Amino acid sequence: MKPEGLRYIDEYRDSALVLHLSNQIRKVSKKPVNLMEVCGGHTMAIHKNGLTGFLPETINLLSGPGCPVCVSSQTFIDHAIALGNLPDMILTTYGDLLRVPGSLSSLEKEKAAGSDIRIVYSVLDALEIAKQNRKKQVVFIGIGFETTAPASAAAIKKAEMDGIRNFYLLSSHKVMPPALEALAAGDTKIDGFIAPGHVSAITGYGIYQKFAKVYKRGVVISGFEPADILQSILMLVKQIELSNYHVENEYKRIVKPGGNPKALAIMEEVFIPVDAEWRGLGIVPESGLAITEKFAAYDATRKFDVKIPESKPPRGCICGEILTGKSKPSDCRLFASVCNPLNPVGACMVSSEGACSVFYKYRA
Amino acid sequence: MNHGNGGIYMNKLITSLFLHFFENEQIREQADSAILRVNEGHLAYTTDSFVIDPLFFPGGNIGSLAVCGTLNDLAVSGAKPQYLSAGFIIEEGFKLAHLTRIVKSMAIEAEKAGVRIVTGDTKVVNAGKCDKLFINTSGIGLLEERHLGIGSGQKIKPGDKIIINGPPGEHGMAVMQARKLFAFKTNLKSDCANLYPLIRKILSASDHVHFMRDATRGGIATVLNEVARKCNTGIEIDEMQIPVNEEVKIMCEILGFDPLYIANEGKVIVIVDPDDAIEVVAAMKRTETGRDAAIIGEITSDHPGRVVLITRSGGKRIIDELIGDQLPRIC
Repeated sequence: MKPEGLRYIDEYRDSALVLHLSNQIRKVSKKPVNLMEVCGGHTMAIHKNGLTGFLPETINLLSGPGCPVCVSSQTFIDHAIALGNLPDMILTTYGDLLRVPGSLSSLEKEKAAGSDIRIVYSVLDALEIAKQNRKKQVVFIGIGFETTAPASAAAIKKAEMDGIRNFYLLSSHKVMPPALEALAAGDTKIDGFIAPGHVSAITGYGIYQKFAKVYKRGVVISGFEPADILQSILMLVKQIELSNYHVENEYKRIVKPGGNPKALAIMEEVFIPVDAEWRGLGIVPESGLAITEKFAAYDATRKFDVKIPESKPPRGCICGEILTGKSKPSDCRLFASVCNPLNPVGACMVSSEGACSVFYKYRA
Repeated sequence: MNHGNGGIYMNKLITSLFLHFFENEQIREQADSAILRVNEGHLAYTTDSFVIDPLFFPGGNIGSLAVCGTLNDLAVSGAKPQYLSAGFIIEEGFKLAHLTRIVKSMAIEAEKAGVRIVTGDTKVVNAGKCDKLFINTSGIGLLEERHLGIGSGQKIKPGDKIIINGPPGEHGMAVMQARKLFAFKTNLKSDCANLYPLIRKILSASDHVHFMRDATRGGIATVLNEVARKCNTGIEIDEMQIPVNEEVKIMCEILGFDPLYIANEGKVIVIVDPDDAIEVVAAMKRTETGRDAAIIGEITSDHPGRVVLITRSGGKRIIDELIGDQLPRIC
């Protein structure tokens, strides 16, 4: 049986539609604007599809902090490495994190040196590993925003239900609104946000009202296909040209106003907001998700007492400025010389959604 | 592990270590087969090792792969495969029934191809010292004078057309599926096949086949990058012209993979003179492994060393060499 094609893919990559949107943007855009694509998925889609070639010079795109691997601090990687060195430990992680440099090593190097580190595609796979290795301790390295945090929360709930006592979460989960607020209130000149489509599918639109009303920035929630992104840019340019700032949703086929109440509820049950360190932004109040007292038995931080070396950021690396839209990868003097995908200095060169990696790969 | 994925790390290992110490005119060509002059003719000689996990997957097993892989390395050099050798490294405790099934499929593939497996070797190692079964095959083929140089690409010139015999990515995705890493089910099968019958048709349709290479590890992106680098020429391919397997496309969209980098075991990149391209495609379409053949791009004098893709939406992007293995996206 021939499978039905994926819907909403080819339609949104149609070259005539893309060209039409490009012409519309050129017509409407008069003054120079800085638009931040918050999500790393958007950065990748823009360059993978060669979309900058469809934009007039008035539009300057800035990459934002929405790449889970990139904003994870060096201390967090060091923490994970230290856990991996404990006896009878299986570390489980999303693959993207493997090559991120910590202070002295990376998970990939530790794996080659003998730590039992396994790539999983879903946190539930990590739970399965715990089930099958009852005599070992299994830690899942939880990174990501509102998109992956509900799955980690669900895994903890499932571990409790199934009586799995050797599964733990090392949470570096983060939530987007406080980071966006830090950016809006900071000194980066941002006229509008291309808001993250999949985060918004969980949170709904409510979280963005403040950016339009208080900070006077355009906000358009965007999908990830070429036509989605150009349509969102067009909507933002119209808002900014008319100084009529509000929250619009371009990604209606996925994002509903109230988001996903089930996912929000499970996050609230398992996690509690805490101050968290973001690469580039420093400590952002109430932007991290720690495990609540009720589920403390599943918290790798509480369970394992490990010594984490004091870390210094790599010299010359400007990942932090790139994640806050202050600089572009090509502004970094390490970019494509000392720092390249074979020898990444900062996290932004590692993740497939990191701005430096995307700029390098597609020579944006 | 990145030193074995067909990408940039592996290329570094080969050039800085193996080529450095083994230096000679044959190995320097870095073609799929070494071409050896014997009396008045030429022999193509190649070897390959197979360490696939799992051993059985939809569309084949390690045995059929070990035979077809080596046949294909000979065939893409323009040679007619003649004889194979087979070496087995077996882990203690490996089931004889499984080994029998694997060896049988090797015999069937060899017979279908009209080649003989004429020599072999068997080693058994202690449990834990290898992963169930590793196979090495080497092969010898006869090469006609007029097909010299097809494996090395020395005849490639700007304007040449680039052809592929079908949609990329089926083998890699079928194996990933067989590893049960994902919870979704597909009907995907490996494209593992002996390409010699197809290649014979290609070579009789045109006397101006300038290059052939089977696109295995690292996918078609890796082959095209090798061509661009080695011949210092530009390459432009058109996303709209690349044949697509819907199931591969769906899996790639979900996982964030690029099918151009995914392994194949029955796909060949053919570079021919533009005047012969349509005829070659027509000849390919008349064979079982070439039904979906298509011209996907051409060699350019612009941007030497670079492979550029014209995207479906009309944008352009660089198709770079594979650096690390492709990893599923986080969100």
